Amino acid sequence: METIITDYNYWIYILLMMIGLYAMLSQNNLVKKIIGMSIFQTAIIVFYVSIGAKKDATIPIIEHGHGHGAASQAISALQYVNPLPHVLMLTAIVVAVSTLGVALAIILGIHRQYGTLEEDEILEQI
Amino acid sequence: MDTVTSIKPVLAVLASLIAVVPIIMSGTKPNLRETWTFAAGIIKFGIIASMIPLILNGTVIEYSLIEVLPGIAIRFRVDGLGMLFALVASTLWIATSAYSIGYMRGLKEHSQTRYFSFFAIALSATIGVAFAANLFTLYLFYEMLSLATYPLVTHHQDEEARASGRKYLLYILGTSIGFVLPAMLICYSLAGTLEFANQGFLAGTGSKGLMTFLLVLLLFGFAKAAIMPLHSWLPAAMVAPTPVSALLHAVAVVKVGVFSIIRVITGVFGTDLLLSLHLGTFIIYLASITILVGSLIALSQDGLKRRLAFSTIAQLSYVVLGVGLLSPKGMIGGMAHIAMHAFGKITLFFCAGAIFVATGKKNISEMVGIGRKMGFLSKWYLVLGSLEAQQMPILFVLLTSSLLNAAYFMPVVYKAFFCAPEEALFSNPVREAPPFCVVPLVITAFISIILLFYPQPFFRLASVMVQNITGM
Amino acid sequence: MIYSEQLPILLMIFPLFAAFAISVTGVFHTRYCYPVAVCALIGSLYTSVGVLFEVLEKGVIHYRLGGWPPPFGIEYVIDYLNGLVLVVVSFVSLGAVIFSKESVKQELPDKIPQFYTLFVLLVTGLLGMTVTGDAFNLYVLLEISALATYALIAMGKGRAMFSSFIYVIMGTLGACFYLLGVGHLYIMTGSLNMGDLYTLMPDLYASHAILVAFLLILVGIWIKMAFFPLHGWLPNAYTYAPTATSCLIAPLMTKVSVYIMIRIMFSTFSPAFVFNTFAAANVIVWMAVAAIIGGSILALAQTDFKKMLTYLIVAEVGYMVGGIWLANRHGITGAILHIVNDALMTLCLFLVVGIIVYKTKGHQFNNMQGLYKKMPITMAAFTIGALSMIGVPPTAGFFSKWYLILGAIDSGQWSFMAALLFSSLVNAVLFFRVIEIGYFEPFADHHGHGHHDGAAIAIDEAPLSMLAPLVVVALSLIILGVYAGYIVTNVIQFAVPAGI
Repeated sequence: METIITDYNYWIYILLMMIGLYAMLSQNNLVKKIIGMSIFQTAIIVFYVSIGAKKDATIPIIEHGHGHGAASQAISALQYVNPLPHVLMLTAIVVAVSTLGVALAIILGIHRQYGTLEEDEILEQI
Repeated sequence: MDTVTSIKPVLAVLASLIAVVPIIMSGTKPNLRETWTFAAGIIKFGIIASMIPLILNGTVIEYSLIEVLPGIAIRFRVDGLGMLFALVASTLWIATSAYSIGYMRGLKEHSQTRYFSFFAIALSATIGVAFAANLFTLYLFYEMLSLATYPLVTHHQDEEARASGRKYLLYILGTSIGFVLPAMLICYSLAGTLEFANQGFLAGTGSKGLMTFLLVLLLFGFAKAAIMPLHSWLPAAMVAPTPVSALLHAVAVVKVGVFSIIRVITGVFGTDLLLSLHLGTFIIYLASITILVGSLIALSQDGLKRRLAFSTIAQLSYVVLGVGLLSPKGMIGGMAHIAMHAFGKITLFFCAGAIFVATGKKNISEMVGIGRKMGFLSKWYLVLGSLEAQQMPILFVLLTSSLLNAAYFMPVVYKAFFCAPEEALFSNPVREAPPFCVVPLVITAFISIILLFYPQPFFRLASVMVQNITGM
Repeated sequence: MIYSEQLPILLMIFPLFAAFAISVTGVFHTRYCYPVAVCALIGSLYTSVGVLFEVLEKGVIHYRLGGWPPPFGIEYVIDYLNGLVLVVVSFVSLGAVIFSKESVKQELPDKIPQFYTLFVLLVTGLLGMTVTGDAFNLYVLLEISALATYALIAMGKGRAMFSSFIYVIMGTLGACFYLLGVGHLYIMTGSLNMGDLYTLMPDLYASHAILVAFLLILVGIWIKMAFFPLHGWLPNAYTYAPTATSCLIAPLMTKVSVYIMIRIMFSTFSPAFVFNTFAAANVIVWMAVAAIIGGSILALAQTDFKKMLTYLIVAEVGYMVGGIWLANRHGITGAILHIVNDALMTLCLFLVVGIIVYKTKGHQFNNMQGLYKKMPITMAAFTIGALSMIGVPPTAGFFSKWYLILGAIDSGQWSFMAALLFSSLVNAVLFFRVIEIGYFEPFADHHGHGHHDGAAIAIDEAPLSMLAPLVVVALSLIILGVYAGYIVTNVIQFAVPAGI
């Protein structure tokens, strides 16, 4: 029970991921599949971002300004959220957006070719 | 036993392989093309013949070409047995080439350039098998031969050729991939080497069960030896043009099969190992069954070529039988029978072809007789060998089979000689076969007769080999 | 800045900049696209050969992107294994690009700049995946090449668009699984550098999170490499892709994925973890057996030559995965050798398909009728490729099979050995069926009435830009076979992780 509450971020991402996976694999409509794909990718982004977060920590910009010995103070990592997963996710977002773009472009083509976006109707035509 | 390093075996293999290039290049000029074939044949024969004196002294010629895998090289090694086989094959190639020219031109066959090219490749592969120093090299050339002969077997490119080609590949390629390849790898895994040794390289590496398993895989894997029940590709392959049947299915291909089996028995397992495991009996029974059943089926065959094919199946097992006796005399007989049967059988096939080209029945009678007599001497050795090994049932097999041989050739002779020709059977008027068909036929027949009275060269080569093996 | 120090990045820079150059110049004139792409890939091949020799001479190369030391910066690591894979990738892509000239003109006349831009971008991604030593960077490059592939496949006709869509869904799923696994590794270790992970992880092997991470990564890569039964997307996508596209992706995508699996298994995780802690090697070898047999049987059922080849790719993936999971030296050697050999065999066969499509406008079996007479050189190359697939010495395919079977014997995996032999026999049946069609059946006129000399003469040998790469690849299959021992003793031997 305790793990459910303290690690709620994981449960959210798992829930999102399952929703996405379900939509990707079982939806008949191609656009819905893509929506599922986006949810799936977003779930992973949520996962990454949440693992960098810390309680009572701030954005990773050094507070004390620069120069005059302040910078030489020991910086406690506990004060800042971990920036690396966030940076990684910037890249992942770019990837997700491009995938979405390519997928939508392909869907346009499919619609032009078959006149429908329902998978069963397309399979009938093939 | 001395060992000499010389590049000659490689040259012998390459001679006909290189000839393929000019043969293809001069495809539009048949006379030039055939000149290349002859040139290659004579060069090849010369190279091989030049090695005879050394081999007869008991020397072994070796050459390593390239190490393809760590510890496994494409390596050539000429010993008595390899020399015997190479000599037979290269001599008969020249004869067959001459015969091919007569036959192919006489029948105005298509794609003659392709025919002669693949013929040359097949010959290279045969010599490669003869001179292979290890199981890997042998396998390589064995496969090369299978593939090079496929276009020859299916030369006519019709439905029948297609079906036979399929059967041919199914049996030959199927067994070599399905049986020989795994057996070879298990051998390598057990012994760490694939080099043929005088007493084999498998001794002391595995249990009797495993050895038996390997022996079965290798015996049936080299399906070119047509041991029953893997024999039925051979009659099917008779759809090929007759010179192909002659050289490849009486001499090169099938003999490569039995040759490989001899190598397996002597070079891979070694006679001592097989004797100690009592596996010789197994080989003998297998061969005996094939001899008897093959001869009996031959009796019932109608077509001359098919009858010859079944006779070949039986004769091949003579060789296996002889070597399977695992006694020196039996082995000499078995090995020499490769040469004896080759000359006898090719003559018979030439006859069959000549009859086909000319629709005349004149030549077959006496040739058949020679083919039968030919086998006599080596068979006598086999008889002696089997006495030596105290295998009385084998004696029975050999005698029965000789009787059957007589039985299945006699009707042909009888029909050809004594029956009045029924002219209505021939749509074309009977004419003489083209000289290119007749001359080689006469030559091989002549050699056959010589061998009957003076068979020493081949027996000497075989005994050199056996001496090396047994160390006597 | 010494030139030779920058080799690892140069080999990616060539195609990357070429992608920009092509997309810009392509606007003005499509004529320049092809030469730019060819030049860029020649550059890549040249540098990757240079890199390989550098590795052979001096050992493993570590290249720090931007000078940042790992684990802070991205590191490119080139050792014996990926040095070899780099050469294969650049060689195959060069062959494919040279070949593509006429085929693209015929099939995609209005998309030439787009095609070549994506083509070189895909090569950039593949080369990047091979050199990178960073787990997250790998994900990005994986997606770069995947995105390029989706678009390249969708350019095809017929079902290409829909097949590409299925591939998008499956490919993204695979990449996401991979990313998720990497996330778990990051939580546990705080690092993304493969070498760093390798040193940090042994203490954590008992952790379930590591196990889950490994499993996620593995499944992700398996989807990408179409490991049976996750192969569903591959056959259609590769069959309906434009010819020039399939010549590039069919040989390379699965092979690079297999390479990534090796990299993750042995350089990020370790053999000790993979074979002792994870302890599912037997199960995976059985899956490989299923892949080989399943792929072969499905290939038997096809009447479309190109589709048959795509099912063979599925079977070949089983070869390599099984070989690696045999967990012994011979098996892994065989799998690595097979990466090289299979890339070239597949390229050879797909180039033949390309020529047949170019000449007869189809890739069904009956498009091959009588081609032995019409295109002797193409069909000779096809025969060599087919023999290599069957595994006849001295072609390359025999030698990787040799090692794989030895590996199977070493670990007593008889089922895997039987599957390999079965697949060889099925390949023999498959290819000789095609050979029969090309050899026995008379040439059929596909353009209408069967004039005896009218349209039939139109089919002849392919143009030089198609034949040259085909002949080179076919010959390389034999050369590679003869020198298999050399490659194993000098390169692959060192690529197999120590202690196996």
